Amino acid sequence: MPGAIYAEGLVKHFGDVKALDGVDLDVPEGTVLGLLGPNGAGKTTTVRCLTTLLTPDSGKAVVAGIDVVKHPNEVRRSIGLSGQFAAVDEYLTGRENLQMVGQLYQMSKRDAKARAAELLEQFNLADAADRPSKTYSGGMRRRLDLAAALVVSPPVMFMDEPTTGLDPTNRQALWEVIKKLVDGGTTLLLTTQYLEEADHLAHDICVVDHGRVIARGTSDQLKAQTGGERVEVVVHEREHIATAQEVLRGFAKTATGHTVDDHTRKLTVPVTGGAKLLAEVIRELDARGIEIDDIGLRRPTLDDVFISLTGHKAEEAEEDTEGEDPKAAKAAKKAKKEAGQ
Amino acid sequence: MSAVTDTVKPQVAGSGISGSVRDSLVVAKRNLIRMTRIPEMILFGIIQPVMFVVLFTYVFGGSIAIPGAGVSADAYKEFLMAGIFAQTVTFATAGAGAGIADDMHKGLIDRFRSLPMARGAVLTGRTLADSVQTAITLAVLAVVALLVGWRTHTNIGEVLAGFGLLLLLGYAFTWIGALIGLSVRTPEAATSGGLIWLFPLTFISNAFVPVNGMPAFLQHVAEWNPFSATVAAARELFGNTIPGVPKSVTGAWPMEHPIWASLIWSILIIVVFRTLAVRKYRNASA
Repeated sequence: MPGAIYAEGLVKHFGDVKALDGVDLDVPEGTVLGLLGPNGAGKTTTVRCLTTLLTPDSGKAVVAGIDVVKHPNEVRRSIGLSGQFAAVDEYLTGRENLQMVGQLYQMSKRDAKARAAELLEQFNLADAADRPSKTYSGGMRRRLDLAAALVVSPPVMFMDEPTTGLDPTNRQALWEVIKKLVDGGTTLLLTTQYLEEADHLAHDICVVDHGRVIARGTSDQLKAQTGGERVEVVVHEREHIATAQEVLRGFAKTATGHTVDDHTRKLTVPVTGGAKLLAEVIRELDARGIEIDDIGLRRPTLDDVFISLTGHKAEEAEEDTEGEDPKAAKAAKKAKKEAGQ
Repeated sequence: MSAVTDTVKPQVAGSGISGSVRDSLVVAKRNLIRMTRIPEMILFGIIQPVMFVVLFTYVFGGSIAIPGAGVSADAYKEFLMAGIFAQTVTFATAGAGAGIADDMHKGLIDRFRSLPMARGAVLTGRTLADSVQTAITLAVLAVVALLVGWRTHTNIGEVLAGFGLLLLLGYAFTWIGALIGLSVRTPEAATSGGLIWLFPLTFISNAFVPVNGMPAFLQHVAEWNPFSATVAAARELFGNTIPGVPKSVTGAWPMEHPIWASLIWSILIIVVFRTLAVRKYRNASA
């Protein structure tokens, strides 16, 4: 039986641009899938297809056991969506926002009212409940947006970059909220550009780039794929680099993946053996009379995974928009994306 | 009590007309609450037409000749008000467009589209709320018009029918605004996109000057202009027609039967633009 979220060969074009190029996903019930990738990789388009906002050109999508293309309105009853922007009406109070969403989920007015009060309490917004959400901080607005997505306690949730633009404290707080939610049995698909976030929240990770899934697995599996741990040494004198290289070669697990940076005098080699090996390396270097400034065992991060898979950093795609208002840049990009539609 | 179990079991979503009406009213309520939180929007919406009433009455009124009445500020007042009222209701187009574009921009349309609600309700709710605002503006404007000396010469039923046709025209135009709002990328573009074409539309008409003085070609345009039909209908229902001004210069059917023409034009605009706007909404992406 397919999972709570299932997609097979999803394809979506915007004019000439192939935004999705055959995306396959399978998220078992009660688990979290992290969709990881740079801007423009197809994360948002995937979410929009799965949440009935876009109709895929081809492929199959089933959410909560219901075909997304054939029965979109039935799917809408079973999902909650929290998008990239806090999609709340800023002139309405937190309570009014949640009541409206409840009523539009076809709850009775009384039930919508009761549920709104419950969520405001749960999301720590009770004190601000009757203030227009315009006056809320960024973190509060995000929480309200998330609460709105949870009004009917949907079995399947989609969160598109839920913590983008939040400061670290608010991000941590939101992570706690999301964790609690998942502990309650909700199936969640989460997109993020933050590798740390996927590492923290997701059971399984799919790395997407150019509209297709280029790797999948648990965080540990993906890290293992990248080549495991490495020893990193910074020698004190430049003339010692060659000797150090020779020493390290003796400990290396593979003949490839060695790096030397003459400028920073830093050398790395892939190894296995952990801390014990590290001690041996130090002894050997010492025996050869090589003075070292720094030495350490480095385990791969998801960043490394990403670089080894795509050849560029996860954040790299963002760099060209640096300095601009990120929202404006995003809007411009979307406009471009839509132009051919 | 079964209230708790009802919470998790949604009713059949937006089913049929009752579901559609219910969802539309929920959205209309949202937009009306918004309106009370931004009172300056209503205020500016009122000040502009009030300024027009005063300016046209006192600046132009003394120089524009009304056939059969000569240059007379009093005759012009009678002639003018239906035109100003009609122009005012069409300005709701810009408000509806800007509001919907803003909702798109902020991701609210995405939220609504992910909810199990009736498809047209977001737009219907918005246009209904805008019509409430138009009605308030029109009421204030009518009082100002009375203060500067405008009078009706028919019974209350006919006067109300006149305002009813004006409101219907305004409602029809908010659907044009809705389509514009869904088609542009920013609220600012929706505002200007909602206004630019209103100026030729409302000026190449019988609203501010009698059609007689226009070149023959424009006379045809003006008399077939949907906007002119409502102006003529309101004039007739208010008893503001001036004996010296012929109903029609070119013999256009809408001018001979302005009340019917106004109704038909407005309903036609609603049907066409509602269909287009709802279709656009279904495929909207912010």
